[in-house]
Amino acid sequence: MTTVVELMDYAEVVERFDPVLGLEVHVELSTATKMFCGCPNLFGGEPNTHVCPTCLGLPGALPVVNGKAVESAVRIGLALNCAIAPWCRFARKNYFYPDMPKNFQTSQYDEPIAFDGHLDVVLDDGEVVRIGIERAHMEEDTGKSLHVGGATGRIHGAEHSLLDYNRAGVPLIEIVTKPVTGMGARAPEVARAYVTALRDLLRAMDVSDVRMDQGSLRCDANVSLMPKGGTEFGTRTETKNVNSLRSVERAVRYEMTRHAAILADGGSIRQETRHFQEADGTTSAGRTKETAEDYRYFPEPDLVPIAPSKEWVEQLRTTLPELPWERRKRIQQEWNLTDEELRDLVNTGAADLVAATVDAGAEPGEARSWWVQFLTQQANTREVELAELAITPAQVATVIGLVKQGELTNKLAREVVQGVLDGEGEPGEVIERRGLKVVSDDSALITAVDEALAAQPDVVEKIRGGKVQAAGAIVGAVMKATKGQADAKRVRELIMERCQ
Amino acid sequence: MTDPTDLTKLSAAELAAKIHAREVTSAEVTRAHLDRIAAVDDHVHAFLHVDREGALAAAEAVDADLAAGRAPASPLAGVPLALKDVFTTKGIPTTCGSRTLEDWVPPYDATVTRRLREAGVVILGKTNMDEFAMGSSTENSAFGPTHNPWDHARIPGGSGGGSSASLAAFEAPLAIGTDTGGSIRQPGAVTGTVGVKPTYGGVSRYGLVAFSSSLDQGGPCARTVLDAALLHEVIGGHDPMDSTSIDAPVPPVVEAAREGARGDLSGMRIGVVSEFRGEGYQPGVLRSFEAAVDQLRALGAEVVEVSCPHFTYALPAYYLIAPSEASSNLARFDAMRYGLRVSDDGTHSAEEVMSLTREAGFGPEVKRRIMLGTYALSSGYYDAYYGSAQQVRTLIIRDFDAAFEQVDVLVSPTTPTTAFKIGERVDDPLAMYLADLCTIPSDLAGNAALSVPCGLSDEDGLPVGLQVMAPALADDRLYKVAAAYEGARDATAGSLVHQVPELNGAAR
Ligand SMILES: [Zn+2]
Repeated sequence: MTTVVELMDYAEVVERFDPVLGLEVHVELSTATKMFCGCPNLFGGEPNTHVCPTCLGLPGALPVVNGKAVESAVRIGLALNCAIAPWCRFARKNYFYPDMPKNFQTSQYDEPIAFDGHLDVVLDDGEVVRIGIERAHMEEDTGKSLHVGGATGRIHGAEHSLLDYNRAGVPLIEIVTKPVTGMGARAPEVARAYVTALRDLLRAMDVSDVRMDQGSLRCDANVSLMPKGGTEFGTRTETKNVNSLRSVERAVRYEMTRHAAILADGGSIRQETRHFQEADGTTSAGRTKETAEDYRYFPEPDLVPIAPSKEWVEQLRTTLPELPWERRKRIQQEWNLTDEELRDLVNTGAADLVAATVDAGAEPGEARSWWVQFLTQQANTREVELAELAITPAQVATVIGLVKQGELTNKLAREVVQGVLDGEGEPGEVIERRGLKVVSDDSALITAVDEALAAQPDVVEKIRGGKVQAAGAIVGAVMKATKGQADAKRVRELIMERCQ
Repeated sequence: MTDPTDLTKLSAAELAAKIHAREVTSAEVTRAHLDRIAAVDDHVHAFLHVDREGALAAAEAVDADLAAGRAPASPLAGVPLALKDVFTTKGIPTTCGSRTLEDWVPPYDATVTRRLREAGVVILGKTNMDEFAMGSSTENSAFGPTHNPWDHARIPGGSGGGSSASLAAFEAPLAIGTDTGGSIRQPGAVTGTVGVKPTYGGVSRYGLVAFSSSLDQGGPCARTVLDAALLHEVIGGHDPMDSTSIDAPVPPVVEAAREGARGDLSGMRIGVVSEFRGEGYQPGVLRSFEAAVDQLRALGAEVVEVSCPHFTYALPAYYLIAPSEASSNLARFDAMRYGLRVSDDGTHSAEEVMSLTREAGFGPEVKRRIMLGTYALSSGYYDAYYGSAQQVRTLIIRDFDAAFEQVDVLVSPTTPTTAFKIGERVDDPLAMYLADLCTIPSDLAGNAALSVPCGLSDEDGLPVGLQVMAPALADDRLYKVAAAYEGARDATAGSLVHQVPELNGAAR
């Protein structure tokens, strides 16, 4: 049954209701191996090539906890200002699903490794909101089903299904917020800002690729409404696997207006999971949770408890990198930015990228102009977030360095960056493949200069007559002849030499 | 006395000595056992799969090594063994006695399998068992029951009936079993053989198809205590593939068995568990047990009565914990990736294929326990059932702790009765469950226990087992006490297992 929902005007929604958010973010850790076995933890790959008896759940196979994943979990917990459990266990979450090899997921239930923390989130206007973190716990990812022959790609109506277990057993951290209340009209923005802040933090910690488009960071958004001034939470819906920052904001906003319309009409919200449609920004009903699923949790008997020692936890605390918001504070001082300039930098999503580029050796001014101008432009034309561009701050710093050394002109540098963004490899490889190196070999330049001078004797006359600015025409001709690969400064010098 | 020319009547230690001295070849020994299996297994049905070619190839490899002057890979190199069909064997079917896995050939070896191969132990084949190790009689095997060599009308114990029966039928000198609630010791007791449940974590569970993860423990089965000890040292020890495997050296069990064989138990304090006798115990079993206790006293041990009041609750606690874990462990048998699949005719959904396959693939006892476990773990009942059972488990551990402050080991009959008749208890699960009454506490506590033959019950002439229990990681104490007792009893009454009726030819 599909019903067309009349949405309520957003201004009216926030006039009449208080939204309550709950955000659950799944993060795939970028450990070398999977959570419970030695298989490589790699995205993609030929189906069912990164598998072994353990991650296939073959009879008799047993899990062994990946110590590096526990370390990442503890570090994430610390970065989120959480308490770290001195003793915790894995549990089994039992349910049948074709892409789950054991038909139970090894997860943490009532004993998460990290709990009770917070994350400070900066909104677009600079306001800081503190989001409470309920818990961060460890679990394993499932495999993937591909349903073939149906119209929707869903299992319903498919002719057959294929299963790929390469992702089965990849380490996941699930980070769950406490209910986020009192945000009013800003709730959707807060949701996006929270996921953005979390993503930036995890990237700075180098524990995950945090690629929403590849599913290494996935957000489930819980939304409910209560009448303005109320205290009792309404029934919530859970929009699953929202896969971009913009979508998080849109999904929350859509659910708010949808709930409000139903509630205002005297209806009631069904507790259910919903799917977000990128195309029109709406959500549609998934599984109804009329009766809560019974996962029959119990402590995983195949694994011994985890007991991170105080000393180890404190040692890990010292390995935390400069966190994004601390770094922002530092760059504002170092670069002498006004609050407004910093905010612009932050709003374009460039602040951390610029800082990282500076850390990689570039001048702050150069780094800023690259990210805020050319790369922001590129992000817009490619319709991705700035941070999702396929270039690293280190690569940008390399290009800036080459310009400074005179190996690239600014024009060539932009072409190199384009090449990197197009997936042609490291800057060096792009330069090699596209032949973009500045022509610094004088003999080649001299030939080009002489040819240009010979072609325009009148200009030579003018230069010799003292009209130095006339040299521009020759420079232009040489640049054209060398396809922009000549160093303009050196060309000018050569022209002057030849015209003496 | 045994016939010195009949290789199947020798102990593993004797066979190893002859093979290593190159008096016989491993191939000859292996062929003798394969021939014995061919001659008698129609009547015993101890084996589900005999790997004749693989066994002979392994034996010949050992012989080639010895002929080249290389030292034997282990003290048991060249000796044949029967492996319970619950351990994965690369290239050899592993069925767990279930239709669900009827055609499954694992792509990998269990750690136990691997260690046996590396030690040069010759794997003859896979032995019959109750489906997924759930049962006390081997009647729950989807491939038909195993018969007790002492009386073919009777059960050989369960769930490892095939392993113990293969020893009593002289089809193999060594076998491997698994003990979750007594499945090594109880079959050992009713077939007149030795069965050891090592300390939990003492032998790797990697590749042991799980029934109840917190209880399952692989261990040695043999006809003598020394043979069991030799096998224990081959399969024991830390395994990084199993998180619950103990990272400590294997207790010196062979040394302890040799020391015990000298027949002196002075200084040893032995506790008799007062809860394990009386009503429900067969009088002949109790008489054999009392005689064994007298024998221990005669060997110099100090024997005292010890009470373990919570042992009474062990059986109900076990029947909540084991099925709970089993309901989860067996969820993977869903027809999606391997094993049986039925009704995949395009008219059924994936969910229907899953449940129809589980309906067709699992036997009644397995279904009973899955249902029981699913119920015990479900929300609203977890605390009342699973939670309470875990509390009982803690109380049982405390009973053991208190007892082991007073004594070095505890003793009891291994089973309340001798082997019952096939079919006698199949319609009464609760009566069936009583067979493991005495063995379950050690499984719940995770400590070590052993069953050694202690004579024949005077009313039915069937074997009785003496159970010895020791604290965790003190497995060596079991071997010392059992070897001393075995030596004394054999000296007066002769080796029990060699009194098994000859079963060449027809069934009795
Ligand atoms: Zn794996």
